[in-house]
Amino acid sequence: MTDLSSVAHRAVEAATAAGAGDAEAYVSRESGREVRVHGGEVESLTAATQSGVGVRAWVGGRVGYAYGTDLSEAGVAAIAARAAEAAAVADADEFAAPPAPAEIEALPGLGDPSTAEWDTGRVAELALSVERTALGSDPRLVGVEAAVYADADERVAIASSAGVAGEYETSTCYAYLQALAEGDGVRETGLGFGLARGPGGLDPEAIGAEGAQRALAMIGAGKPASRSCPVVLDETVAASFAGLIGGGLGAKAVQRGRSPFAGRLEEEVASAAFALHDDGRDPAGPASAPFDGEGVPRRRTALIEGGRLRSYLYDTYTANREGVSSTGSAARQGYRSLPSVSTSNLTVAPGSHSLEQLLAEAGEGIYVTDVAGLHSGVNPVTGVFSVGASGRAIRAGQLAEPVREFTIAGELVAMLSAVSAAGAEPRWVPFGGSVSTPPLLIAEMAISGS
Amino acid sequence: MSELIDQAVAERALARALANGGRFAEVFAERRRGQTLAIDEQRIESVQSGAEEGAGVRVVDGNTTYFAHVDGLEPAEIERAADEAAAALRAERREPRPLQAREVTPLPIEHRPEDVPAQRKAEMLRELDERGRAKGSEIAQFTASYAEARRQVTVANSDGLFSGDDRTRVRIGAQAVARRDGTVETGAETLGAHRGFELLEDDPGQIAEQAAAKALTLLDAVPAPSGSMPVVVGGGFGGVLFHEMTGHGLEADHIQKGASVYVGKLGEQVAEPLLNAYDDGRLPGEWGSDAIDDEGQPTQMTQVIEDGRLTSYLYDRLTAERDGVASTGNGRRESFRHLPIPRMTNTYIAPGESTPEGMMAEVERGFYAVSFGGGQVDPATGDFVFGVSEGYLIEGGKVTSPCRGATLIGNCLEALAAIDAVGDDFFVKTGICGKGGQKVPVGTGQGHVRVRAMTVGGTER
Repeated sequence: MTDLSSVAHRAVEAATAAGAGDAEAYVSRESGREVRVHGGEVESLTAATQSGVGVRAWVGGRVGYAYGTDLSEAGVAAIAARAAEAAAVADADEFAAPPAPAEIEALPGLGDPSTAEWDTGRVAELALSVERTALGSDPRLVGVEAAVYADADERVAIASSAGVAGEYETSTCYAYLQALAEGDGVRETGLGFGLARGPGGLDPEAIGAEGAQRALAMIGAGKPASRSCPVVLDETVAASFAGLIGGGLGAKAVQRGRSPFAGRLEEEVASAAFALHDDGRDPAGPASAPFDGEGVPRRRTALIEGGRLRSYLYDTYTANREGVSSTGSAARQGYRSLPSVSTSNLTVAPGSHSLEQLLAEAGEGIYVTDVAGLHSGVNPVTGVFSVGASGRAIRAGQLAEPVREFTIAGELVAMLSAVSAAGAEPRWVPFGGSVSTPPLLIAEMAISGS
Repeated sequence: MSELIDQAVAERALARALANGGRFAEVFAERRRGQTLAIDEQRIESVQSGAEEGAGVRVVDGNTTYFAHVDGLEPAEIERAADEAAAALRAERREPRPLQAREVTPLPIEHRPEDVPAQRKAEMLRELDERGRAKGSEIAQFTASYAEARRQVTVANSDGLFSGDDRTRVRIGAQAVARRDGTVETGAETLGAHRGFELLEDDPGQIAEQAAAKALTLLDAVPAPSGSMPVVVGGGFGGVLFHEMTGHGLEADHIQKGASVYVGKLGEQVAEPLLNAYDDGRLPGEWGSDAIDDEGQPTQMTQVIEDGRLTSYLYDRLTAERDGVASTGNGRRESFRHLPIPRMTNTYIAPGESTPEGMMAEVERGFYAVSFGGGQVDPATGDFVFGVSEGYLIEGGKVTSPCRGATLIGNCLEALAAIDAVGDDFFVKTGICGKGGQKVPVGTGQGHVRVRAMTVGGTER
């Protein structure tokens, strides 16, 4: 048994000794580094390790949770006792119970052993080359606000009094930059990013070029006229919307009547061009793992297919409420958080259109490349949204002048029903959770500009 | 106040941090304790408590910062972080100055929340739930949450600073969902402060009724209008407008990287002379207040706009050094696992001379944004957006129908210059501000403010 698993088992024992009928412990240890560069120099270099344990205690249908960083024997015992204490404050819920153990299939490919071969000098050079590529791309590219490289290696162990036991390790790394372009005395920003298991999987030139190109494309942007028109969402914007939809498909929101998808199972909620899955085992997915935040195997779940709502996402508690099985969708934000229903990797099915074809089909419309204010401009209960946007006008089926300072507004289900085509090339995007999506053509959306 | 780590431990760690050179080193130690609980479907749930501690060590050499953090406050761990931060340097050893303990008086806490039994907090949430639901049979869902957090911090640096703070914050929130036939609306309200449980001794149930009232009001809402029009922004949380529109752009890291529309605007007239604005980390008991910032610098009141002229940026230690000025006490960090960066504390537009009714009366057709769900800005371009959580039409000088689904959008410099009335009804509300992946508590405040013209992006077709 590794030291993490033994901490988890010790915590479970301590919690039951402190009066919990059942207990579960989640232990994580993460080591990582981050390099930020600016103006050809390393601005900051961070090396970090962090670990902690979270203990969930059940006392006759009451649930309590406690977490902490002290993994010593006494420390773990104190955390476990606090979890049992917290349970006494909660109200009993007949559906609250620990998940039964299930066979966990190993999931290879979550690590990248080569990361260790990249010393800090080499990853700093990677970040510097992201910045250099952007700065060298065009004289109007006047600066880079930040170019960042980061990697992390996380080990997770879980154990419960019901017999759940598992452990896995996963590594992730990313690089991004925010490029600054200037034209007509006005500054524009552009984000470029890449995700991989290890630094060898990143293409610094592509990341730098993307940021530069996005910033340059916005020079001279004006407000578009208010109207209803076809809209093409690029992958980053489509991912943000997919994340909002995934949030509404979590069974907790649905069961509590706080989702626009509540009560709509098997109903038509989208056009046939839009299909959505949650896949917690896709080796390419940044959020993949063999099991979820409560030790239930991750799996692939069809959410929207053939335009119909096929399933919600469940953790053990929400599944118990409906007498169905968990979809392995209990997520955690590390050891600090109680598991709760959330998406793992969302995948929007690619279609057959190239970006050029999507634009051609849109005819006269707007290509949206960035949205802002999603956390305040979307009502997750009703699905009504109005968010800030920027992008390019589409004229005669081609990209035309840049546009900014407008809003796109509508309602999520209506928007899904208006998806008229999906692009052929999906991309992993770290917005809206972890999402793989192609660009999407929406037949009509309300634009508010000048 | 006793510090989290001994002076001798801090001195040893600083010496090791400078073992390979560097012009500045700092040890930041922190102990965090927190408890949260919620009520949903009339059941107390999500009862959680946390206890974390650790330290972060940074060494600055030239323009580069080396940072390492560890869990726990054992001297050996802190020294390990110091060694790790120093590992990449290759220069001559530097000697830190001897530490001089500097006494700090933390903000007063009358009633420590950790001394209040959790059952009493649960009872308070039950009261919120009852009062929220009692507002009307159309309240279909009601949830409320309670959170307390205590952060004890100690800062030691190679300039000889040795100081600390003990911060306790309490916050409650209420969310209501109202339903009538096919129409569903939501309303939310929060109350928070850098205070103890005494914050909740004066009728916390009010926020439940306010949240429920907002949701019920919206049941009669019409879709928000679209287009450019005069906008009156409500007091308190309306200050998030200034926070996004101006506050972020004044943070010196954005300025120094050329990523702010306020670059080179110091001393210039950026607003009408009626506008005065401050960042003030010393407002008694306010959510964004602390005795010192996370670099050990006493917090202060900084006037950022005086009679419409831009008078100061907001600095942490490193950005202040670069500009040859003093830190304004805005070096804040989410935890020992983060580097300090320039952040706002409580940012507000000072009270003006107009009355809310007076400024409405002059508007023929406009929009009244009472509160926001939040906002976002790109300081480099100045483009901002706010989601309106409670808004109304203004017609013929009067507030008329409630509106749903409104977003305000615009550009900082234009919108700031377009503020043409500031109200006398000042108060501060709580917010959680995210920047560079770090979340910190901030206060936003103002009286009613009128913007001559702003784009409202509604769902009206």
